[in-house]
Amino acid sequence: MDDVRLLSEPFAPAAEIAAFSYRYPAAGGIVSFIGKVRGGDDVEALELSHYAPLTLPGMADLATAARGRWAVEGVLILHRVGEMRPGDPIVLVAAASRHRRDAFAAADYIMDHLKAQSWFWKREKRAGQWAWVEPRAVDHADLARWD
Amino acid sequence: MSARLVFLGRLADVAGAGALEVAPGALADVLAGLGDDLARALTGPRIRLAHNGALVDGAGLVLADGDELAFLPPVSGG
Repeated sequence: MDDVRLLSEPFAPAAEIAAFSYRYPAAGGIVSFIGKVRGGDDVEALELSHYAPLTLPGMADLATAARGRWAVEGVLILHRVGEMRPGDPIVLVAAASRHRRDAFAAADYIMDHLKAQSWFWKREKRAGQWAWVEPRAVDHADLARWD
Repeated sequence: MSARLVFLGRLADVAGAGALEVAPGALADVLAGLGDDLARALTGPRIRLAHNGALVDGAGLVLADGDELAFLPPVSGG
């Protein structure tokens, strides 16, 4: 069973990775990626909004798609919504597989699709002012790697 | 009798709210009842629509009582 969740409160990636790893004793490797609110560029806060009827079902479909492409034992996708501060974790993706390359590829594939195709909208607060973040061309270029 | 419009991302700023209750009817008529600025933003080329949770093409769409129509600008997540 894949573990796919939307979280409205802060989470602890290390504890989640430990619990995920424990669930897959037959896996020879776990690859994980933690995305955080970047510090050092004047962003005071970041807010992610979503649309419930689409966002979580889309994440679950993404886990299924990754499973269909690589021999993974399990997939973990945790994604924050709501307001976050620099340094806060936004997303945690992990894949467990018998052999490492499947886990590396699955985690990479999931992250590229979360960034470019999942139903999230992001805004940043700088100097007390909120501004919506526009899609980045590089995210779509990253996605094209999997076509 | 009402249908619910939901505005995501920057569209919520244009609308001044995250959602709006409107009289049911043809989408074209519903849009005509909104302000020009909002109607223009909602019909932009990169805006996707979800009718009761399923992505749709807006052409010919008619909203019934209790329906929800979400307007989805390009995503910027992750």
